[in-house]
Formats: sequence, structure tokens, C-alpha cells
Amino acid sequence: MGTMTIGAKYKTTLKDPGTTGVLRMNEDKLAFIPNDPRSLMKLNVDFRTIKGHKFNKVDGSKPTPPLLNLSKDSDKGGGYMFEFDNVGNRDLCRDFVARVLGKHQGIVPPRPNAPPEKSVAAAGPEQLSSAEMERRMKLLREDSELQKLHKKFVLGNILQESEFWATRKNLLDDEANTASKQKPGFRSVMLADVRPSADGQTNKVTFSLTNEIIHQIFAEKPAVHRAFLDYVPKKLSEKDFWTKYCRAEYLLRTKNTLAAKAEAADDEELAIFLRNDDIVAKEAKLKIKRVDPTLDMEADAGDDYIHLPDHGILRDGSRETTDTDSELARRTLSQDLNRHAAVVLEGRKTDVEIADAKTVAEALARSKTETPCSSIADDASHERLLKVARMTEIEDLQAPRSLPYAPLCIKDPREYFDSQQANPLRPLGGDGRKARSCSLSTDDAFRHLMDQISSVKVNKLSCPVVQSNVALKVLNELNEGISRSRRLNLKNPQDSLLGRLPHRTRDELMDHWTAIQELLRHFWSSYPITTTVLYNKIQRVKDAMTQIYQKLQDIKESAQPDVRHEISQLVKPMTQALDAAFNHDLEQQQKSSKTGNKPNGF
Amino acid sequence: MTSAHSKLYSDDVSLVVVIVDTNPFFWAGAALPFADFFGHLIHFVNSLLLLNHLNQVVVIAAGVSSCAYVFDSGNAAASGSPDVAATFAKASRKVEEFVKQDARDTAGNGTVAGGGAASLFSGALSLALCYIQRVFRSGTRHPQPRILCLQGSPDGPEQYVAVMNSIFSAQRSMVPIDSCIVGTQDSAFLQQASYITGGVYLKPQELSGLFQYLAAVFASDLHSRAFLRLPKTLGVDFRASCFCHKKTIDMGYVCSVCLSIFCKYHKKCSTCGSEFSRVMPDLNSMPDQK
Repeated sequence: MGTMTIGAKYKTTLKDPGTTGVLRMNEDKLAFIPNDPRSLMKLNVDFRTIKGHKFNKVDGSKPTPPLLNLSKDSDKGGGYMFEFDNVGNRDLCRDFVARVLGKHQGIVPPRPNAPPEKSVAAAGPEQLSSAEMERRMKLLREDSELQKLHKKFVLGNILQESEFWATRKNLLDDEANTASKQKPGFRSVMLADVRPSADGQTNKVTFSLTNEIIHQIFAEKPAVHRAFLDYVPKKLSEKDFWTKYCRAEYLLRTKNTLAAKAEAADDEELAIFLRNDDIVAKEAKLKIKRVDPTLDMEADAGDDYIHLPDHGILRDGSRETTDTDSELARRTLSQDLNRHAAVVLEGRKTDVEIADAKTVAEALARSKTETPCSSIADDASHERLLKVARMTEIEDLQAPRSLPYAPLCIKDPREYFDSQQANPLRPLGGDGRKARSCSLSTDDAFRHLMDQISSVKVNKLSCPVVQSNVALKVLNELNEGISRSRRLNLKNPQDSLLGRLPHRTRDELMDHWTAIQELLRHFWSSYPITTTVLYNKIQRVKDAMTQIYQKLQDIKESAQPDVRHEISQLVKPMTQALDAAFNHDLEQQQKSSKTGNKPNGF
Repeated sequence: MTSAHSKLYSDDVSLVVVIVDTNPFFWAGAALPFADFFGHLIHFVNSLLLLNHLNQVVVIAAGVSSCAYVFDSGNAAASGSPDVAATFAKASRKVEEFVKQDARDTAGNGTVAGGGAASLFSGALSLALCYIQRVFRSGTRHPQPRILCLQGSPDGPEQYVAVMNSIFSAQRSMVPIDSCIVGTQDSAFLQQASYITGGVYLKPQELSGLFQYLAAVFASDLHSRAFLRLPKTLGVDFRASCFCHKKTIDMGYVCSVCLSIFCKYHKKCSTCGSEFSRVMPDLNSMPDQK
């Protein structure tokens, strides 16, 4: 990972003008040495004390200096702030810090009493990209509960960084999916003509070509592409090639037919650019073959007015006329538009970074050979092409590939606790009124019911359907029930079960509850134990669970007598869940010892 | 669904689907004779019809081996104002027919063990929801539907999946399920149904005053409910039935793929066929605390 030395200003607060100096960082430490040796702002900090880093957004609109903030403790916000001369330096620094922090937090230092973890050592610490690291940091920053769990288990050496995140892949993926993956295609602006710029004083005409333009030229004019592959660098240098190309373009533009003919006769390479593009022509012929045979294209061509004088499209100030006789290229605007549109729609197939014309040409050639040569345009391949066109998807318009998942919507655990409170009070199975045992046969039962119905039919409806004293009783009961439930279920937090507990105990219980859930998830997902790594993980998780179990017992015992009952109600489901895990572990151990295998079956 | 939501609701017109338990094994030993219960029910139905002349009441009987519509005020309304005698005559005749048919069915299928059968509440709930869906799709303005379950017999754990599915579809169509337990046992199904759909769950103590309970708690339309303080349940029994033995369980195994519930560890999920034996990096199965 190396070291990094960079000029920076150390600031104690945001308003502080800062002390200029040099920031030196290596994998373990960061040091700041002020330029002024008398200054007291010297720093020598171990990276292990740094828990996170933040940076500000810098855009052109406001004159904000690029800042990097290394925080000691993410909760308290203490830390070191550095200002940089420009964003580039800051970003370099930020990436370095992200890598170092990732390394520190990704590794679980070997525990002295734990058995050596061979496979972990072999795999080495996770190599994380800085983007991945950023994502994790962001999630931790945004979710304080997650951060708490992370601190407790990952920094507490109970879980490994990778184990912790493995169960949260979806969170990370979501974060990753939000980033745009759009690949830039060809611009729909017509670049086909490279516009010459004349300085107006000399006769020199300047064409400027960028790699982007070159790529597009290659895509739109296959003949130029072929010529480039053939001639450069054997016959012509790249510069000469483009000079000739531009010359040809210039000749075409000025419509100086005679000059063009003369030059083409002199220079065979130049002639290539002046001639009609034979590859495009061939493709066009194939395409014409595929056109609906009932369409008479020649007749249609006669219907328009383009070939008549005073009609046509104005291009570059002059009227275009089609002159098919000339051997020289006479591209009409509509032809150019068509060709350009076809190329844009085809999209950019190569993923290569456009570095120089040579690589572009080669990459394009590769992608061309991949596409099947459709010189024999039979119907089968035509149909296939149609299908391909239909199936070709525009990536950034598609939904993300990952299967959609609906996160489990688990309601506020408080509600669960509150509902638990009432259950033991009213055990299921009814109250005192026991039903008479119905040992009737099916026939008897139905006969009884039929008798009842017949009696209803005979006796008709009883006139006062409810006796007034019974009605009063019912109303009283309902009233009482409503006011009682109001007392118990009032939304006032002081009145709920958790609200009655002291603040500290309640927070502690909620913390333990989330911790238990996390640990149990890891515990159960490690079965069946097949590797040493899993075995060690189980041991660690078990240790942590035992500790929490102990803490729960302590809470129960130390509780005030007036809330002890409530606390034991709350703690019961937690201990039950832990007990189930311990029992499972014990069972597994017994099973493996019975079969005579090594402990835990590996 | 969307069509149901875009429709206009008449806010104080109700469509009440009453599901009545006609389990003979329960009524044979019930504290409240079926004859009295039937009287309370008829009066309640009539009160609903009198509350608003557009109100509609449908009664569905849930027997041991079948369930059927036994009364629909929509058919009777042609005669004009609701008439207690007419309602009574019609409903009692239909109930009699239904019970006879149910007795024949029960004798026929033979699987019902004497004395221990649960009523077909899952079927009755489905019938009710179908009826409500039909009403949703009929006109542009329709009454606000709700379901009232009058259950006496204990839950049938074997109907767990079907009942839960009905509950969730009721929740999706925003149909509250009210429950009134006329038996001795609390019903975990109906507790959950009322809790999930936002209905009222009530287990009256004084069964001879059943009409009073029905009129006081379940008669008000959904619009008025917002202004009333109705009984609230203290605690809901959220326990589920396992899919393998249909037992009600406190703690069990949940399939990580389809969320099926099992009382003991299985190598393969019997519902969706996922295999748990393979070592997977993610979760295989974990006990879920209910």
C-alpha cells in the first residue's frame, strides 16, 4: 500500500485558517509536520484510532476548499481536519485513507486463545475496492443501529467483517444499484463531417480530430476503417493517413470534382477516401434485398422532387443534386443521415477505453468479426437478425438484474412485547366456562341442531330479545373493558410495558434483543458445520451468546421488585431463543461424539 | 384491486357478511342454545337493514363439511322495507336446508370423527370475499363491506394456510374482519384476522345478551367507527400452525424460501422443495420466535 506525502493544511475547526504543512501517511500512521517548525500543530496518529472519514463536496459554484475529516469516534465527532490545495489531492488522500481504514477494519487480529484459522490466513484479508468500502461506510453512517452492531461484533472480534456483511448483501447491492451503469453511446449529433476551421488569414485549413471522432468515423465509414487497418503503420504514418483523409473530405466538400479526380489519379490512398464506400454499398444492396418485394423503390424515387431543379435539400448553403454517374463519392444528406442513424442505433459494442486511433480501430475490427458475416443474406439469418434486434435490450432502461426481493417488514418489536404482556394473563384455552364434553355421535349432534331449528320455527322469535337487566350487564362489561384496555393500550409511552421500565434497562434490553437476533442469524446459518472456519465462528458466536445470557440474568436479578415481573416477561422469549440454539449445539455435539467422529463432524 | 380502489364508496352504507358457525358438535354443548342464538342473529340482521335502507346483509353458514349462503338481503329487498317475519322465515328455512345437506355430506365423507370437527371457516371466508369482490366490480358506487364472524367451535389448525390466505386477501381489499366468539375458547385465527384487517375482536362473557353486544359493537358502519371507542383486544395470539402436523407451535423452523413453518427440522421444505442440507453461505433455516 505504501506511503503518501502531500501538502495540506491542518485545521482544528472549520473556521480555523489552518496550519500549512506536510501530511505523511503510511499503513499504520499519519503524521502532520507543519512548515513552521515553531508551530505546535504537530500530529502523529495511529490509524487504528481513526474510525471513519468524511469529505465535503466541491463543485465550481462555490469557492469551498476541499476538506477531508478523519474522525476518531464516529459518535462523538472528534477528529482531524485537513484542507487541500485542490480536489485532486484531496481525492488521492481520501482514497488512500479509505484503503487503510478498510484494511484495519477488515482484519480481525488473531486472538491469543483461539485455534489458528488456517483457511482465513490462507485467503488473506479481503481485498476490497474503495467503492465497496465507501458503500459499507455509508450504510454504517446512515444506520446507527447497524453501526452499533458492527462495533459490537466486528470490532469486538466476534464476527468477521465479511461475515457481518454477507448477511447484508442486499443492502449493499441496493446501494450499488443506485449508481448509474450507463455506457455512453455515440452522440446523435452528426459528426460525420469534420468541419474545417479556417483562420481566415492563410490558406491553411485545420481539421481537428479527437479519438471520439475517429471512433465514429470508423464506425460510419467501414472503408476508412479497413484502409486504416491496412495502411497504418506499414505504409503510412497515422498522421499522414488522417491528413489524406481530411484532404479528401475537403475536396468532397468543395465539390471540386476535377481537382478531386486529378488527385485521386495521383494518389491511390487518397482515392480510397474519394470513392464510394464499397462496404456500405454492399450492405445497402443486402438490405435492399430484404425490403418487401412489393415495394418498387425506383418508382418511389421517381415520385419525389429531389432530382428536379429548384428542389432538394439545402446543405452547407448549396443545393444538393444527385449525380450517380460520377465515380467519386456523392453522399447526399439523406444518405449521411441514414448511415449515421444506423450507427447510433447499433450502439457502441466495444468497452475499450478510447486511448488512441490504433486501439480503437483494432477493437472495432474485433467486434466486427464477432458479428457473423451475413454475406449470404438468406431468410433464416434475416429472421435471426430481426430477433436479435428485438431482443437487444437497452441496458439502462432495464430493471436491475438481481431478483427483486421484499425486505421482511417486521413491525416495531415494542408491539410484540406489549402483546406478550397480555397473553400470560389470559392463557389460551378459555376461561372458567368449560364446554360440556360433547361425546355425541355425528348423527346425534345434527339431530340436536335440527331440533333447535324446528323449535325456532315453531316458537317464532322471543319478543324482548334481550332482558333489560342482561342488557345493562352487557353494557357495563363493555364499558369496563374499553376503559381497561384504554388504560393498558394507551399510546402514551409511559403506560406501555417498556415505558414502565427505567430508561437504562429498556435501552439495554432493546440492544440485547438486536444483538441476539444478529448472533442467532449467524449461529443458525453456520449449520451444518463443515469447515474449521465455521467451527471457530460457532465457538465465537456461542461465547458471545453466553455473555449476553449472563447479562440478561443480571438484568433480571438486579431489577426493582415492582418491575421484576415485567422484565422476566420480556426476557423470557430472548432466553428461550438462546436456549434453543444452545440445545441444538449440544445435540450436534452428542450426535457427533456418538458416531465416533471428531468433534463437530469435521 | 385498482378497480376496487378507484371506486366511490358510499361512506355510511354497509355490506355486512355474517359468517355463522353451524357446527352441530359445538351447539350440542353450547351454553347458549342455537335457537336463542338464531333469534339474536335475526334481530341483529334486521337492525342492520333498518340502520340504512341501502345496507345489505349476507349470511353465510359454516358447517362441518360445507358452507353456503343462507340469507341475502339483496334478494329480499324487492318487497320494500325489511320485514322481521319475512327475514326470519326465509333464513330459518335456508338454515334448515343447509344443516340437512351438511349432515348428509358429513355422513357421506366419513372422515369427520365424532365430536371433534372444526367448522369450515376458511371456506366461509372465501365465499364472503368472493361476494364482496363481486359487489366491488358491479357498480360505480358500492357499500363499504365488512365481515363478521360468529364463531363457536375451536379453530381447525389444518385450515391454517387457507384461513391466513383469506385474511391477507381481506387485508389487501381493505375489508375488516370482525370477530365475535360465542364459544368458550379464544380463536387465534380470528384474533389474527381482526388484528391484521383492523376489525374488532370480542369474546362476550354474557352470552344471553348477545344481541346487545352485536348491536353495541358491530352494528356501526366503518365511517362511524372512526369516532367510536370500540373494545380493543389485549394481546393477540400470533402463534402459527406448523405445516407438517398442523399443530399450533410457539417456536419452530421457517423455510427461508417460502416461509413455510415446521415444528421440527426437515431436510427439504415440503411446500417449495428447497433443500436445506446443502451448505450455503447464506441462511439455511432459523427458528423464528413467535
